[in-house]
Amino acid sequence: MNNSFKQGADAYEGYTLRKKLTLLLSAILLVIAALYAVGVGSIQIPIAEILRTFVGRGDPLSRTAILNIRLPRVVAAVLVGAALASSGVVMQCVLRNPLASASTLGVSQGAAFGAALGIVVFGGGVVNPAAAASAIAIDDPYIVTICAFVCGIFATVVIIAISQMKKEIGPGGLVLAGVALSSLFSGGSTLLQYFTDDTKLGAIVFWTFGDLGSTNWRELLILAVVLAASMIYFMCSHWDHNAMEAGADTAKSLGVNIRSVMLISMGISALLSATAVSFVGIISFVGLVAPHIMRKFVGNDHRYLLPASAIAGALLLVLADTFGRSVIAPVILPIGALTAFLGAPVFLLLLFKGVKHSG
Amino acid sequence: MVEVKHISYAYQNGRGKVLENVSFSLEPRQCLAILGNNGAGKSTLLKCIDRILPTKGASVTVDGKEAFAMSNREMAQQVAFVPQHTAALHMTVFDAVLLGRKPYIKWDATREDRRIAAQTIRQMGLENDSLRNVSELSGGEAQKVMLARALAQQPRLLLLDEPTSDLDPRNQHEVMQTVRKIAQEHDICVMTVLHDLNLAIRYCDRFLFLKDAGVYACGGREVMTPENIEAVYEMHVHLETYMGIPVIIPFPDV
Repeated sequence: MNNSFKQGADAYEGYTLRKKLTLLLSAILLVIAALYAVGVGSIQIPIAEILRTFVGRGDPLSRTAILNIRLPRVVAAVLVGAALASSGVVMQCVLRNPLASASTLGVSQGAAFGAALGIVVFGGGVVNPAAAASAIAIDDPYIVTICAFVCGIFATVVIIAISQMKKEIGPGGLVLAGVALSSLFSGGSTLLQYFTDDTKLGAIVFWTFGDLGSTNWRELLILAVVLAASMIYFMCSHWDHNAMEAGADTAKSLGVNIRSVMLISMGISALLSATAVSFVGIISFVGLVAPHIMRKFVGNDHRYLLPASAIAGALLLVLADTFGRSVIAPVILPIGALTAFLGAPVFLLLLFKGVKHSG
Repeated sequence: MVEVKHISYAYQNGRGKVLENVSFSLEPRQCLAILGNNGAGKSTLLKCIDRILPTKGASVTVDGKEAFAMSNREMAQQVAFVPQHTAALHMTVFDAVLLGRKPYIKWDATREDRRIAAQTIRQMGLENDSLRNVSELSGGEAQKVMLARALAQQPRLLLLDEPTSDLDPRNQHEVMQTVRKIAQEHDICVMTVLHDLNLAIRYCDRFLFLKDAGVYACGGREVMTPENIEAVYEMHVHLETYMGIPVIIPFPDV
């Protein structure tokens, strides 16, 4: 009898080992993709030279290209992808809605409105005459970033306030509130765009395209710290999230305080995605599609789904950005459009193939 | 021994009281059927006992300890609840049962947690399906997974909300036999909401009739009389015994 207990647990160990291997494999893929991405550009840098630069032995030209231009861009793709995907997976769980992501809660549209506000009202975006070739530039990026962040968070604060005032409102109601707020912010952005001049209009539109190249190391450090802190919280509450997958009543009877878990997880997800979006602009679809892709491989268990989604989001964004930089170089395609172009077919393919949940 | 005292509950929208001052007690190994019409407050009673719905001035003691004074985690170690409709679970049977260890898990499931999950799965006869997805299982098997999850909590009190709804007759009997076995073998109290009076009289040993927000009758086999059933369900019934099995035959048109 004792043997068969052991067998059941052992079979499960084998099953979780497969998930761990999937995680390891996708992490290796991410590293390879990131190294490749650092090498691709107007001057091709071989991987050996990149590695030499990392250990301080590269030649000065590739050193400058890698450390000042390529690497911040790739690191931004990794951090933003991981941030959007992990906040997406947590929102989908606590709101029990497979369509939940930064855009569902109004974070993206709020941030876009904030950026428009920063550019139009606070003069964040003006023509840079020195760079006539790229007529549109955002001169004072910080005011735009701060406005985007504040408005992105504001959307979530409103939703959390609604849920506190009207306690009967369920997760479905909160998603609807997010959709309503998104429309409100979109309307506000449209009005700002309508009444502003061409230059600022250009800056607003450019911002909403998403741009991974505009980040510096300091911004990346902020994003990395927020991402690390959020991931620690998410990993600590993965059993709460797992229990919530089984429904609200079951989770409550398992001792989960679903109200506080929902509010805290939502708040942290919003903070994380708003930080990412305010630095790089609107990057659609990663937060939605990365968790769904990884669910097919590692199932719904948040112990594996969370890190797997973060890696998948990072990988997706690195690949999309590399593609956007190289396909019609030297023109760089907007990352926000590319993620949707790459993500949507993958998503539809998975839906049509009907790959069953593996866990 | 479980003692439930003074449970009252009213919906906030002013539809009046659902439950008023409901009190009863139950010994270990006993299986209590909670009976009553739709809207009588049967599911509400279970949810109040498990503190899923808030009550004021009520008390539930499990083995002499006041459950309502416990933390969420301690409460979940004493009381397990299987809701009527569970979300389609996109996880393996093993993962679903391991969830039952949640009240004991601090950071991650230990070897002991996994051993208990494997043991429970075997007891429920699900060992060949342990790595299958719950959403792929039949209704009867999925219900057994929910029972296994609740058992993995190692509770003293098990609350079941219509465990046989959505099941074919064979699975209804199998699940009720399992519930009975659980109560006996694990020495725990079971309270189950049932709509099928024949399942109730055949597999339960205590009966609680709810009517007009209160307890109409509560007791052993002696309260399962045609008079009580007629008063609660407003329907004429006959109580017969066929091959030693009590059978309730309804006559709704009489």
